[in-house]
Amino acid sequence: MKFVDEFRDPKLIRAAAEEVRRLADPDRHYRIMEVCGGHTHAIYRHGIKNLLPPNIELIHGPGCPVCVLPMGRIDDGLSLAERPGFIFTAFGDMMRVPGTRGSPLEYQARGADVRMVYSPLDALRLAQENPDREVVFFAIGFETTAPSTALTLMQARALGVKNFSVFCNHVLIVPAIRAILDSPDMRLDGFIGPGHVSTVIGCRPYQFIARDYGKPIVVSGFEPLDILQSLIMILRQLKEGRAEVENQYSRVVPWNGNLAALRAMAEVFELRPYFEWRGLGFISQSALKLSAAYAEWDAEVRFELPGVRVTDPKAAQCGEVLKGVLKPNQCKLFARECTPEHPVGALMVSSEGACAAYYHYVHRAAAVGR
Amino acid sequence: MATVPSVIRFDDPQVELVHGAGGKATRRLIEGLFLPALANEVLAELADAAVLEAGGLRLAVTTDAFVVKPLRFPGGSIGELAVYGTVNDLAVAGARPLGLVAAFIIEAGLPGEALRAEVEAMARAAARAGVAVVGGDTKVVEHGKADGLYIATTGVGLVDPRVRLGAGEVRPGDRILVSGPVGDHGITVLLARGELDLEADLESDTRPVFPFVEALVGAAAPGLRWMRDPTRGGVASALNELARDARVGIVLYEEAVPVRDAVRGACEVLGLDPLYIASEGQFLAVVDPAFAEAALEAVRGVPGGELAAIIGEVRAEPAGVLLAVTSYGGSRVVDMLVGDPLPRIC
Repeated sequence: MKFVDEFRDPKLIRAAAEEVRRLADPDRHYRIMEVCGGHTHAIYRHGIKNLLPPNIELIHGPGCPVCVLPMGRIDDGLSLAERPGFIFTAFGDMMRVPGTRGSPLEYQARGADVRMVYSPLDALRLAQENPDREVVFFAIGFETTAPSTALTLMQARALGVKNFSVFCNHVLIVPAIRAILDSPDMRLDGFIGPGHVSTVIGCRPYQFIARDYGKPIVVSGFEPLDILQSLIMILRQLKEGRAEVENQYSRVVPWNGNLAALRAMAEVFELRPYFEWRGLGFISQSALKLSAAYAEWDAEVRFELPGVRVTDPKAAQCGEVLKGVLKPNQCKLFARECTPEHPVGALMVSSEGACAAYYHYVHRAAAVGR
Repeated sequence: MATVPSVIRFDDPQVELVHGAGGKATRRLIEGLFLPALANEVLAELADAAVLEAGGLRLAVTTDAFVVKPLRFPGGSIGELAVYGTVNDLAVAGARPLGLVAAFIIEAGLPGEALRAEVEAMARAAARAGVAVVGGDTKVVEHGKADGLYIATTGVGLVDPRVRLGAGEVRPGDRILVSGPVGDHGITVLLARGELDLEADLESDTRPVFPFVEALVGAAAPGLRWMRDPTRGGVASALNELARDARVGIVLYEEAVPVRDAVRGACEVLGLDPLYIASEGQFLAVVDPAFAEAALEAVRGVPGGELAAIIGEVRAEPAGVLLAVTSYGGSRVVDMLVGDPLPRIC
């Protein structure tokens, strides 16, 4: 398969892994964060860790949109699913994420009209096909999915579809990286930069990481060879004392991003003054809401929502894991109360969550002494 | 240190769709509820088909209910599935099918032509599989209570006297064989639902596997240990169950598993893993290494079996775990599935 096979070529991968080992200073310990949940998943899925020397530690970052969403927001969205006449729509990613009284799939089993969609446009089509129902789209994601929500809303307005609304939970990657860099317990040497997000925002927004914090960041693709090449680029920067933004994923990511997508976002969204992130707390200007021009399609404006803050179970240490302070298996609940089947924290729900990835791909092997 | 087998209990407050997905919750339902309540030695095997001895003969019995949306999809339909699914469960027990009975649960309002099409599809499939439908039952339920048509079939077959199959027969060193590319059926049905703007030149692989099994038994019966068709839950679920039941480790050579490009592509786009996607016309076999080459030759020699491959091996450790390894040295645990695979978008 083109664009996949060449990045999984065993010979190239072995050579890249060798180069990583050659560049890594044996007297130094490297802590490198992959910001994006897609990278976390790929790292476990392809067993990248086996290829790295032990002094390169990969820290899993906050880039899993399902994982950073506080439970109160999930409850707010699901409160609409229970209303008579409503159709609740969400991506597959959301369907097993637990709210206080269960996940969207469990609401569905109890009789709520919950439907999985592959695009917000599918939700809009449902609204057109069911004019006597209210169709709500539970929007999640970083800048990767925000443009598709924006374009859908522009279309809803153009077509005058009134029984469609969006419960907006889009968040922004840069404020989250900044929060991590400002966190006092954070010691990082560099970043594997998000790939999909950067197709939209480009590489320029990361310049503060190099300029103000003196850390290298390399925007990376998702195949094993991509990730190893990005590590090589980071190690070279560290070795040469450079801190720059570099683009390994240039086959997909333009330096300036996707201007059409950014324009659509600017038309439809505005910044929230602050937004709560699970594990990271309140971060100012870190999330999007619909602008006043789109209030008619804003579920938060149109419907009364409980708006109750739900704190995570005390023992769950999602925050520490999200910031990379703890490894998933160092959380007190990991693989005990909290498993992929009965997740307590959201990091265990999404396959891009650090805990679920660790559980699926590492924990069981470790448990049998491998 | 002695290991104490864990006691599985079913105390879930309500049945969810996940209990039918073939993963951990299904296992909990079966082993936590049905198995202890109906306890007997044959059931305890949890094989695809139960083997009963009578008059010196070994009879395999199996039943399967088919619920599929849409009823028709490229390469097949529920009627064909209902025949092939059941005769394949017999085949992987080493049994030649003797006869099928079928129960139809029909939703009021189903067009007569749709029902006729499925019954005729069953007739064609039965002829191809060399089996007769010798009995049946029909029930009609209210409109809105079923997705048009559900079909349950029960099959009886005669087990080949040359084979003795079971997880207990599996030994470290044995090889894992698959009869062909995996995941065609699952991805075809997913795309046929039309919810995705994805098109692929792909057909369900639904077909009877008995001809392959027959060739395999002929060539390698003394070395044949275990067989299963990787339907719901895919190769990953079938081999996880084997690893657990046989208390062995199973290593898959990731690149050796045959997967069509269209299936791989769809999986890449949707964030799915082909190892978890259902096939309806393939089977997995565990074979003594001394018979592995002969087994592979035999399956490849049957038309439609050209892409059969040896995809892994059985090891003593880590017991109970399925690992996938890549030729560049990466490895990962391939766990049981939790619920149906859901596409990842964001």
